[in-house]
Amino acid sequence: MAQVSLRSLVKEYDGGVQAVKGIDLEIADHEFVVLVGPSGCGKTTTLRMIAGLEEITRGEIAIGGTVVNDIPPRDRDIAMVFQNYALYPHMTVFDNMAFGLLLRKFPREEIRRRVDEAARILDIASLLDRKPKALSGGQRQRVAMGRAIVRNPKVFLFDEPLSNLDAKLRVQMRTEIKKVHQTVKTTTVYVTHDQVEAMTLADRVVVMNHGVIEQVGPPQELYHRPATRFVAGFIGSPAMNFIPARLEAASGALNLHLPGGIVLPVPEERTGRYEAAKGREVLFGIRPEHLTERREGRATYAEIEITPEVIEPMGMETLVHFHLDGARDLCARLDPTVPAAPGAPIRLTADLANMHLLDPQSGRVL
Amino acid sequence: MPADGTLAAPVSAAPRASSLQRLARRRSTIAFVMTLPLIAVIAGLVAYPAGYAIYLSMLNRRMDEFAWFLNYEILVESETFWLVVWQSCLFAVTAVVLKALIGFWLAHMLHHIPTKGQRKWRGMLLVPWVIPPALSTLGWWWMFDPTYSSINWLLAIIAVPPVPWLGEPWWARVSVIIVNVWYGAPFFMIMYLAALKSVPEQLYEAAAIDGATGWQRLRYVTLPMMRNIISITVLFSLIVTFANYDIVRVLTNGGPRDLTHLFATYAFQVGILSGNIPRGAAVSLFMLPLLAVFAFFILRGVTRRNKEMA
Repeated sequence: MAQVSLRSLVKEYDGGVQAVKGIDLEIADHEFVVLVGPSGCGKTTTLRMIAGLEEITRGEIAIGGTVVNDIPPRDRDIAMVFQNYALYPHMTVFDNMAFGLLLRKFPREEIRRRVDEAARILDIASLLDRKPKALSGGQRQRVAMGRAIVRNPKVFLFDEPLSNLDAKLRVQMRTEIKKVHQTVKTTTVYVTHDQVEAMTLADRVVVMNHGVIEQVGPPQELYHRPATRFVAGFIGSPAMNFIPARLEAASGALNLHLPGGIVLPVPEERTGRYEAAKGREVLFGIRPEHLTERREGRATYAEIEITPEVIEPMGMETLVHFHLDGARDLCARLDPTVPAAPGAPIRLTADLANMHLLDPQSGRVL
Repeated sequence: MPADGTLAAPVSAAPRASSLQRLARRRSTIAFVMTLPLIAVIAGLVAYPAGYAIYLSMLNRRMDEFAWFLNYEILVESETFWLVVWQSCLFAVTAVVLKALIGFWLAHMLHHIPTKGQRKWRGMLLVPWVIPPALSTLGWWWMFDPTYSSINWLLAIIAVPPVPWLGEPWWARVSVIIVNVWYGAPFFMIMYLAALKSVPEQLYEAAAIDGATGWQRLRYVTLPMMRNIISITVLFSLIVTFANYDIVRVLTNGGPRDLTHLFATYAFQVGILSGNIPRGAAVSLFMLPLLAVFAFFILRGVTRRNKEMA
């Protein structure tokens, strides 16, 4: 077990393209950290640098206090689960799992004991004599995890391990991975582009974009207190609505002027925080779940009239898509019992206690 | 077509159709007709020559009487023939092993050159395989020539005495093998290079993380992943090398003292040059059982692995 430290880590490819632009990250012992971000954000490159599969241009990686920049992958005491499993097709499941131990010259009985134990945890004991070709996607995924577990390494690295599975199996394996981590408690770095995976698995989520870390924090913190427009838009599904607005003073309080003549009062407890932005253009951010059917009873509730364009009944909720002048692709989450039809105006309630104001230039949340 | 959408045309026409029409309409008949061109090619170019060779090998020298297995009996009792068998096996096995090893080494070297430079080297290394062997062997014959040998001239520079390349039986055997390896190794190289490129990079990465050294990656990942290509290439090359004709014909013509003859050159000498066509046919047919056994075991392994992996 070990902590992992990334210090001013840079990866530059031939031609000067920077995939990772100097990131710093401390991962504690036993922690489950998920690197999440869109394609090309540098998350996989970062993971591969930790694994030793990618050379580090500048900066430092330490595992368990030892700088590993010049240590080859085999001596880093890590195990990795690849996106397409990378099982050896000519070996049986047992041999696939035992291979790492065999190379490290473990005694035969010890190898048998460890493989059996891992197979029991992952429920693949009956598959040990099969070749990977005879396994389903989910079973292959388990074998790949088994290969990592038997080694009992300092760090587990997962590179988008669920992206080749169908939606149902993905949810099931997500739970399995969480269970395994709760059992073996090995420090884990997990890469995904799926924010739901990130939110459900991580102790801490690292949101990356264009080779830099946008924000690091526990899932709930990223959801409720995003630091940047990118994080606010990336975490949460459907994504947060952004509407251009102007913050104006109004007899000791602050009002948000939205396009189309909509005026929303900023809650009292937020006025101090937004004082400096008075009279400026801002971006008003609100999640679809805080833009609901008409409700009453709270001081922070405000009303907006909209005309639905598309209605998506999801069963437990109904998504209503609409637009305002100057803001397209907006979404509200309604109770499924509320009648709504495309083209028929309805009144929504925005819970301003959960609103966010962003600086349109810097993208920072105010 | 009736209202329920089923194909009923053949049924309605059936009562009046003759049995010949019914036969023509059967799927198996259509399949047979469509494969007929291939069957004709195989019958004309494989089955007929093979059958005719077997028939020829059972005639007497004047080809006017059926002699059954007399030619085979004479061959089995001939010392020269057993020398040919031994020389053919030695030549084919040594040459194929060397070609495979050198081809693998070259492929591995090429695989690790960046793509830009790789094409240049690949092209240059393929040259021996592209030149017609009869021509390139003439070049080698010149280099092995006792009077003008450029190889001996080079050896003389480092004070090695001249080698009787084509004059002494063992050296003549070595020379024939050298030329065959020079000519055939690029074929192995190109096949192995393609196989190396098809091994997923992630398997090497997984092996590196599992703790494998470079040698262990070769032993446990590269070689097992290439086994099918290695088997098929070796089988193919074994067949071609066993039946080699041009190199020996140009370089040594079977000499000295018939000690470098292979099946093909010996069959030519006996059948065409000495005018005993039935015995020549019998010589060439001796290759068949040997190669059939090789082919059976190699192809069985390939099929088994294909089922397990792929």
